Amino acid sequence: MNNVFVYIEMEGGKIADVSLELLTKGRELAARLGVKTEAVVLGHNLAGIEKELAKYGADTVWVADDGIFDPFRTLPHTAVMCGLIEQEKPQIALFGATPVGRDFAPRVSSALHSGLTADCTQLEIGDHKDAKTGREYKDLLYQIRPAFGGNIIATIVNPDHRPQMATVREGVMRKECAAQPAAGEVKPIDWQKFVKDTDLAVKIVDRQIEERKIDIKGASIIVAGGYGMGSKENFKLVHDLADVLGAEVGASRAAVDAGFTEHERQVGQTGVTVRPKLYIACGISGQIQHTAGMDQSSMVISINTDPDAPINKIADYAITGDVNEIIPKMIKYYKQNSK
Amino acid sequence: MKIVVLAKQVPDTRNVGKDAMTPEGTVNRAALPAIFNPEDLNALEAALRLKDAVEGSTVHILTMGPQRAADIIRDAMFRGADGGYLLSGREFAGSDTLATSYALSCALRKIAPDVIFAGRQAIDGDTAQVGPQVAEKLGLPQVTYAEEVVEVKESSLVVKRRLEHGVETVECPLPAVITVNASAAECRPRNAKRVMKYKYALAKSEIAAAAGTPAAERAASTPYLQIVEWAAADVDPDPAQLGLQGSPTKVKKIENVVFAAKEAKRLTASDEDINSLMVELIASHTLG
Repeated sequence: MNNVFVYIEMEGGKIADVSLELLTKGRELAARLGVKTEAVVLGHNLAGIEKELAKYGADTVWVADDGIFDPFRTLPHTAVMCGLIEQEKPQIALFGATPVGRDFAPRVSSALHSGLTADCTQLEIGDHKDAKTGREYKDLLYQIRPAFGGNIIATIVNPDHRPQMATVREGVMRKECAAQPAAGEVKPIDWQKFVKDTDLAVKIVDRQIEERKIDIKGASIIVAGGYGMGSKENFKLVHDLADVLGAEVGASRAAVDAGFTEHERQVGQTGVTVRPKLYIACGISGQIQHTAGMDQSSMVISINTDPDAPINKIADYAITGDVNEIIPKMIKYYKQNSK
Repeated sequence: MKIVVLAKQVPDTRNVGKDAMTPEGTVNRAALPAIFNPEDLNALEAALRLKDAVEGSTVHILTMGPQRAADIIRDAMFRGADGGYLLSGREFAGSDTLATSYALSCALRKIAPDVIFAGRQAIDGDTAQVGPQVAEKLGLPQVTYAEEVVEVKESSLVVKRRLEHGVETVECPLPAVITVNASAAECRPRNAKRVMKYKYALAKSEIAAAAGTPAAERAASTPYLQIVEWAAADVDPDPAQLGLQGSPTKVKKIENVVFAAKEAKRLTASDEDINSLMVELIASHTLG
């Protein structure tokens, strides 16, 4: 009782990375609290799933194994998770901030009237004193997340309601096997008593895992290349950096006109307008035609041989030098410093 | 078909100016332009398309916020909405996503729509929680990450969802809550004739504030210029679930992280410079 729950998301028959990252974090929180780590898996054909989860520290593996849980649908998942939480009363429940976790975790929190904090970047255990009532709370979950477009970092607590729920994006937490595998004891969930017929009302008509169409509008990081990249071959450097950073590739009109990349990637007056968290402009001089489409980015880094390039007027960081030298260094030092 | 769009007026966090943060490190909302939350505009377009497809439909905006949030209701009317509801009052202050969802669900019970659209998430919080939380409070099915309503059936909608690695098409019975992605169709522009017609639309408190002026009198005597305004008492809530006291999550601490002045920091191509830049970007969570 009052353990740490981690929802395990299945992705094409495999455990999603984000779930193993959360299990790594969950067992750390559980150890700090002196409680157990419990994985919850809802899916189909899950036999043997506990072995992998035990490696990451799951003391208990709750399993609901049936065709109604795969592919994911909101209502059966919500019903089972709510039922299990009411039965087991965990103090913390963690979910991946994926389209699945972001779809049904809010419903679970709404049904249970427990708070949920989205997209946490850190989770810690700490004490809290209510400023108004003076009441003190021991060992709450600090849910730490950026807000206001990344301009502030907020620490959220959930003093009076359980479980304390949080979602975390993939890649934010470190994924690491436990020093000793945990027991990974399988406990079947008696899910039939939680799922009603009406929970199956939404029908999946079609599902296609498809090649993502180029859509740079929604990207939170964009690495864009300009005419200064020099050639189509050299433009690959832009893709290399974007791949490493999990970014989308953008381009200036000059780069598109020169045939370095597709028109769909063009940013600016005749292309798309983007507002990412971070925009890295590689070999882009910064004509108004281009900057009109990206000057609302939260942060701009420019790489240009010309220290007086117009792009530097709107850049937060202006690196003066050759893209061929600087991009590989960025890749190298990003890899070296990220976990 | 009775269609409601949940919308929010948000500070434009993606266009943060120098005075956006107070010296104490809190957000200076007054210095940020207030805009129609971008994905709520995608939701409005989805609603208007459904209205176009189903004869006799109406589209209304429901927003919770201060008096000035009536601006986005007017904006929606300029683009094709029939009207709107402003849920406003001190009781709602300090609401987290759950208390917000509760308040909206109380208003929606009163309106009783067939379809509820909402943007996937708002840019000031990026939580994507209110849509699903509203659906749960009302006991309705939901479709999140919606990109397009592909078919309208007798008592259901067929909706294409855009997920991280593909698309999924679902058939969802009505009534339902549908949250719309930025990848969906962009909202149609303001229509000049509608702007002329609705620019004098006012909410109750705006009429009261402008009492005696021709604009207030015109709105007060012209039903289509009246934006419905509800206080907490008008939607029969359980007061314990509203506002700060109805919010399970509490903000313990706020830190002002990155607030770089728009003066470029100059770096060279040296290993030291590039290394320290990457360290800084990782530490500030700008890079994952």
